Amino acid sequence: MAKRDRLSGNEAVAIALRQINPDVFPAFPITPSTEIPQYFASFVANGQVDTEFIPVESEHSSMSAAVGASAAGARSFTATSSCGLAYMWEELYIAASNRLPLVLALVNRALSGPININCDHSDSMGARDAGWIQMYAENNQEAYDNMVQAYRISEHKDVRIPIMICQDGFITSHAVENIELLEDQDVKDFVGEYHPETYLLNPDCPAAVGPYSITDYYMEAKRNQAEGMKHVSQVVLDVAKEFEGISGRAYGLFEEYCMADAEMAVVMIGSAAGTTKDAIDRLREKGIKAGLIKIRLYRPFPASEIAEALKTVKAVAIMDRAEGYTNHGGPLGADVMSALYRAHADALAVNYIYGLGGRDIRVEDMEGVFEALKQIIEEGDAGETYRYLGLRE
Amino acid sequence: MSYNFKETMNKPERLAPGHRMCAGCGGTIAVRNVLRGLHEGDKAVIGNATGCLEVSTFTYPYTAWEDSYIHNAFENAGATLSGVEGAYKALRKKGKLNDTYKFITFGGDGGTYDIGFQSLSGAMERNHDLVYVCYDNGAYMNTGIQRSSATPMYADTTTTPVGSESNGKPQNRKDLAAIIAAHDVPYVAQTTFVQNFKDLHIKSEKAIYTPGAAFLNIMAPCPRGWRYNTPDIMEICKLGVETCYWPLFEVVEGKWILNYEPKKKLPVEDFLRPQGRFKHLFKKGNEYLLEEFQKEVDRRWEELKFRCSRA
Repeated sequence: MAKRDRLSGNEAVAIALRQINPDVFPAFPITPSTEIPQYFASFVANGQVDTEFIPVESEHSSMSAAVGASAAGARSFTATSSCGLAYMWEELYIAASNRLPLVLALVNRALSGPININCDHSDSMGARDAGWIQMYAENNQEAYDNMVQAYRISEHKDVRIPIMICQDGFITSHAVENIELLEDQDVKDFVGEYHPETYLLNPDCPAAVGPYSITDYYMEAKRNQAEGMKHVSQVVLDVAKEFEGISGRAYGLFEEYCMADAEMAVVMIGSAAGTTKDAIDRLREKGIKAGLIKIRLYRPFPASEIAEALKTVKAVAIMDRAEGYTNHGGPLGADVMSALYRAHADALAVNYIYGLGGRDIRVEDMEGVFEALKQIIEEGDAGETYRYLGLRE
Repeated sequence: MSYNFKETMNKPERLAPGHRMCAGCGGTIAVRNVLRGLHEGDKAVIGNATGCLEVSTFTYPYTAWEDSYIHNAFENAGATLSGVEGAYKALRKKGKLNDTYKFITFGGDGGTYDIGFQSLSGAMERNHDLVYVCYDNGAYMNTGIQRSSATPMYADTTTTPVGSESNGKPQNRKDLAAIIAAHDVPYVAQTTFVQNFKDLHIKSEKAIYTPGAAFLNIMAPCPRGWRYNTPDIMEICKLGVETCYWPLFEVVEGKWILNYEPKKKLPVEDFLRPQGRFKHLFKKGNEYLLEEFQKEVDRRWEELKFRCSRA
């Protein structure tokens, strides 16, 4: 039986984690992810979990300890935001290259500077090539559901790649919304026991982790990671299917909203998708065929599937909540445009930078984006493809 | 604690031969002797900061380590073993593991005094049940003899080269053992290769079997960085102790204990003279540098004796 509640995204993730009861959680506070270790510390204090909670002295150490714990054979977890993720940078690559399944709850926040505690995606976008799986949520329900599915994906024998479960700072992490929680036992049964293959604390066979590997083997190690990445999409879909069985909630690689007959579409990540859906509802009432693709799985990038979903669209706006400093747009823009090119798609595409450092985005803003797409279709020309939304003039 | 040299040296090696460390490397001598402190039958997970030891003993696809081993990065050996030890506790608590494991991590002075200092401090303060061993050769030897905060005053290194305007490293070395002792951990000790390795062996065993965090600082000469005649390593270590440059002491539950006091304290120049990195101190006109060095050794020795006398 599902339980209805009203929770913030952070509390929802912490509850999922209590239900999972991981082995080791090294933690360091940073806004806006701090509540996750805070809630969890109270679960530890009250005997609701038997996790080793290690309050370390920095994010570099929280990820280092998570790497150590995971290599040792323990199910490991940590959480962070923004500069904390930047400080972990080196460790992200080491976790991925050691093929260590572990889960990082990332509460997206702008990177300094200027120092800013509010939401954008510059932290995780910067880490997009680190070799991690990245999964994003629109709201607290999705953050919770993704968290419940995370270990199944990361620990899958064909994958064994760490996973970043992302949600938007404050907008999702702190706003309290209605949510449906699964029963503790259902989550435990769904996630199951962790059975590592090679690990430090295996009394029958010692292991060595983290070798020096130069020109003779390094390239194969990297290719090996890429091979693991190839299996991720199918595992994500399989796990989602099974999750639907216990929750009734369906997930894919991305969500399509009003895409069946869409002539113009927005592609975006995170909480602003909710705002965009409202804009689409208004436009649909006026007979305008607007649609949305909301990315759930960003790494690996479901390029061909997205291109297929955009096949009949005449114009598309790709929304980046992070700068790429390429002089022609952000990272999601580059990924989607590359997917369209490979698919020989006809859609005219523009790339917007929006919502940096928590800059608010309203339904009217998104209506404006669709208005621009309408104009692009009429003129048959995308015009300036590198645009800003909501910038002070 | 009784010590049988022959018996101790005949224990099965836990660092296999065939690795790529230099002949006469002090780091390897430190590792092999620390691991002899483990009781036979006890399992261990060995951690390692990036450095000579790591790149020369675990070059894919070969490993010289008989025990489970993890190298993570340069600056996080303390945090990494904290996670491994946390995993051990969790798996024991959940009934998934019954064997006894000990946790020992090795770092050079660069990875310990400098870049790994924060991670080490955190691991010590949290009092994880592990031993952090610093094999201190007083410079970044793996990258080519650059100064660290463990480098002694006036040493000629590649980032403190001696020149017309330079007498080598201008600063004194950091007293890391005292800093770790100030973390209020149950066991801190400083040692090197003397007395047929008795001091090192006893302190290793104590460090490994003391519940909670322990720190061993081992002077481990590097023939390339120090520029002495390689086979003279044992003599160099002896001179380090007899000149009181590298005193042998322990801090047990906050109590400072001096383990050895030379009958006749030798002048520090006896320790410095065989080392090429201090060659410039013996040039005519540089006598005052030797005096300064001696003054610093004396000051630290007196301070140590004072600490140990207050028990």
